[in-house]
Amino acid sequence: MKTTLWLRVTGILLLAAAAVWAADSAKKPPKKAPAKAAPAESDQMQPMMDMQMMDQMQPAADQSAPKPAAVSKPADKPAQKKVASPKPAANPQAVPAISLYESSAAPRPTNELDKIIFARLAELKIQPKLCSDAVFCRRAYLDVIGTLPTMAEARAFLNDKSPDKRVKLIDQLMKRDEYAAYYAMKWGDILRIKAEFPVNLWPNAAQAYHRYVFASIRDNKPYDQFARELLTSSGSNFRVGPVNFYRAIQSKTPEGITAAVALTLMGSRTDSWPADRLKGTTAFFSQIGYKPTSEWKEECVFWDPLGAAQRAADVAPGHDKPTTVGQIVEDKDKNAGPATPPLNAMFPDGKKVTLSPNQDPREVFADWLINPKNPWFAKAAVNREWAWLMGRGIVDEPDDIRPDNPPSNPKLLACLEKQFVDSGYDLNHIRRMILTSTAYQFSSATTFKHPKAAENFAAYPLRRMEAEVLIDAINQITDTRDLYTSPIPEPFTYIPDDMRAIEIADGSITSTFLTLFGRSARATGMVDERAQKPVSAQWLHMLNSGHIQDKLNKSTKIRALYTSNQPPIALIDDVYLTILSRHPAPQEFDAAMEYGRFDALNKILSDGKKPKKERESAWVARREAWIDLCWALINTQEFMYRH
Amino acid sequence: MNTHDVSNTASQFTRRDTLRQGLYGAGGMMLAPGLAASAFGAPDPADHKPAAKPAQKLPPMGKARSVIQIFLWGGMSHIDTWDPKPKAGREYMGEFMDLVKTRTDGLQFTSIFPELAKQSDKFSIIHSMTHGNNGHETAAYLMQTGHLPGGRLAYPSVGANFALFKWPQYEGLIPPYVVLTRAAGRFSEEGFLGPKYKPFATGGNPNASRFEVEGVVARGISDNRQNSRRKLLGELNTMEHLVAQQPTMKDSVDAREVAYELILGKGKEVFDLNMETKQTRDRYGRHTFGQECLAARRMVEAGVPYITINYPGGWDTHKNHFTTMNRQCPQLDQGLAALLEDLKQRGLLDTTIVWCSGEFGRGPKVDWQPPWNGGRNHYGKVFSVLVAGGGFKGGHIVGKSDEKATKVAERPVYPYDLLGSIYHLAGIDPTAKLPHPLGLDAHVLPTLSDKVKSGGLLTEIM
Repeated sequence: MKTTLWLRVTGILLLAAAAVWAADSAKKPPKKAPAKAAPAESDQMQPMMDMQMMDQMQPAADQSAPKPAAVSKPADKPAQKKVASPKPAANPQAVPAISLYESSAAPRPTNELDKIIFARLAELKIQPKLCSDAVFCRRAYLDVIGTLPTMAEARAFLNDKSPDKRVKLIDQLMKRDEYAAYYAMKWGDILRIKAEFPVNLWPNAAQAYHRYVFASIRDNKPYDQFARELLTSSGSNFRVGPVNFYRAIQSKTPEGITAAVALTLMGSRTDSWPADRLKGTTAFFSQIGYKPTSEWKEECVFWDPLGAAQRAADVAPGHDKPTTVGQIVEDKDKNAGPATPPLNAMFPDGKKVTLSPNQDPREVFADWLINPKNPWFAKAAVNREWAWLMGRGIVDEPDDIRPDNPPSNPKLLACLEKQFVDSGYDLNHIRRMILTSTAYQFSSATTFKHPKAAENFAAYPLRRMEAEVLIDAINQITDTRDLYTSPIPEPFTYIPDDMRAIEIADGSITSTFLTLFGRSARATGMVDERAQKPVSAQWLHMLNSGHIQDKLNKSTKIRALYTSNQPPIALIDDVYLTILSRHPAPQEFDAAMEYGRFDALNKILSDGKKPKKERESAWVARREAWIDLCWALINTQEFMYRH
Repeated sequence: MNTHDVSNTASQFTRRDTLRQGLYGAGGMMLAPGLAASAFGAPDPADHKPAAKPAQKLPPMGKARSVIQIFLWGGMSHIDTWDPKPKAGREYMGEFMDLVKTRTDGLQFTSIFPELAKQSDKFSIIHSMTHGNNGHETAAYLMQTGHLPGGRLAYPSVGANFALFKWPQYEGLIPPYVVLTRAAGRFSEEGFLGPKYKPFATGGNPNASRFEVEGVVARGISDNRQNSRRKLLGELNTMEHLVAQQPTMKDSVDAREVAYELILGKGKEVFDLNMETKQTRDRYGRHTFGQECLAARRMVEAGVPYITINYPGGWDTHKNHFTTMNRQCPQLDQGLAALLEDLKQRGLLDTTIVWCSGEFGRGPKVDWQPPWNGGRNHYGKVFSVLVAGGGFKGGHIVGKSDEKATKVAERPVYPYDLLGSIYHLAGIDPTAKLPHPLGLDAHVLPTLSDKVKSGGLLTEIM
């Protein structure tokens, strides 16, 4: 029996691919047969309506009952290869689970990064494995564009026979709009793009800041230029996006700003700095002024060497008082301009400098920082990029670079740094280099016991999808949407409902789901602010919440499944490609068929002589079975985790 | 509108003075051994290390086992409710000129609180709560953490701290910090403690025929289907089985099993208000707030350490002020009075702290100008708080506002004092270290400074 079934799977798969899902390429949910009869779906079953629909589809159901005759076409073979195992098992009934996730090909180094990593792993006597095509496809989509591949995309990739298809996919993905959106989301955490408490950028400024970051990523602005703009810009927080760097800081003091600069651009925490260097560095950030305008919550950030912002006489009537971070001005004589003596400052590396009153100290700091020889700047940037893609930093945590926290592989870090500087601080170059390396393609399914395996990147680590990516994926699968709003601060914010979570600029948008699944609070800008540890309340939500349940119940895509006339074999394959981006293994297919009793139910439903009551309950059972199947798959870790 | 003009009515303390007089009051209250050791003894040698296992440093339990916080978010007017000033005239008092006597000497409410007035032997009213902050987010942060906004760290709220310190002794399935029904969302309440300590927001409506607690009580899914789904998931979870030994996967599976205990076990019965008699449900009031109070009592019986009721609708009455007050106050009156009476009758009041407050009060002078047209705006300079149970004495008034309820006249009570008292009664050392993920120095309550003020713990009612 089971053998027949397995053959049937492969046969029908091909049929399905050829006949029905050609519509895939138009990126639309599969057309359902009785589309015109589809009434508005509600939570409660409406037997009458559904019975009508069932009657209408009955003839079609008859025609398309699974026909074993379709089985033994010679053209089946290639399809079968793609299904599961590249090495057909002796017993076709079950494939080893590992073959779903791993390729049998031995990994070979392809670029300079690989050479360093392979050498290190060889020293440790660790033999990494390569991930399967299906895993790579899904991984690349999630890592590059924060988006699950659609059924059509996954299928197209699996069917692509060109040997360089993995590299081609990376290049395609890096050109997509979602790439900039997703990376702007990541940077939004680091740069604390949030309207509300505690950084209080306020809505307009959060938008301007996000827009600036988004455009910088989209245009692949050289990172040195990006950093300089963050450090030295002046102007209105609504009009000059990067000035918000100095506003998105809880503690707007020279110490607080220094801590933010160090964390963001040097990957360093000032807590571990010697006191004299910390104090010396704060001097660079002691003359930053914030001046309100008559526009609500508009504020100009500017270099304020004279402490003008602190003098009452300089405030227009009816305006809020400006502030300057430093306490350099003694307000003894309100009429006499305060004298600004040259400032004594010290760079974080201990080098002393006397700041002339004629130069913005932020510029002096930027000149020191953005320099190929600077020991922090390029290192912090490439290490963060690496951590984003590979799951952990070469220096880990990636924002904790200090002498007593050495890189796990100094050569690797040095290589990335050199590439980065030589390319003119080209972040896309670094990302592409990582993404097209063989190391990026290592399997996550083999567990290495060696204590140094993880820090030497022997396997791609399992990581739960970020909150935003997860809800976007669920919405894509179910073709539903979440409405994002924010009642505070005023004016209320409403996000258009076709906007995805990864595109949201402002970290304070109210969303139970996003908060529950650990969206960054964007209060400190630290990497670990994004909470990825599992908590049981998240499971309550995924397994059993009305929010997720409604999506499954109301999904037109799932509706298309339980109103479809296609053989369940093809439909189960579609469901797997849609949710897990791979074909089902035979044993999974069997489990789904057994759970859904699809053959038996379809038989009842296509038999007009059966009593109405029996057909009605068969209808309900079939509907619930498809919903449950989708429910189960989105509750697998395989779905929720990057792997 | 984030002003920081903290009022200067409090005398300034040196650190030592504060510890001697302020924190533990002139009354010479006995200290719990754990408190004494870390607050007054030699510097804790572990002070500079991250507190990996705070549970081990726990002082002995105080009297209070659970806390119900009724958060009147938006800020409820104090002059219209629990601190009326009839002599200030209609300019201040607005519509609520009639008063009702309570059972507490010298305490009168406006007449929209008749039920609460009858229960006043069970609670005390603080008339001199103050922090001077008029921004929702910042004031809520102050009232919920005791820490000043604007520092480098985002501190956890009092509820999250309860979850942290009470979890080791707590055996219930329901998360230790529950919010009925929606989180206020003014700030990330778990702060740097991480999402494990986030309040569990029930969702749903306890006044509906079935209280559908999000994730726990599902709509239209029988236990049977729930079980067969779980089995299906087990069969299809190919990757889980393959990499079951990886720690990331283990953590995930453990968390899921806990969730399932709640979904399929008895834990969810706590939320089944239909198990209460009709009489009881009516007594609390057939409105969302009343039934939230009832649900809170059931959670107290189940041992949940911290329950917040975020007042449905809120109290941010810049406009339509008196209409809103006329609608909401009777519900607050009924639900809260029934809760206190019921807790007392069940012998739970001694071990359950109930506190009720907004993040601030509202301007004592009615703003008749358009667009407010008889509204009241944010007011953090002085406002009122109700505290009851768990070691707080009933029938007292703490402090005093001036004759027009515009500022503190006697005995300022700061967020530090209120939260410090609550922590103390619950056996949580307010000086205990919090486990900051980076090992930074962070404590339950801040160190007193010229900005963080104290008028002393509420020893007069403890």
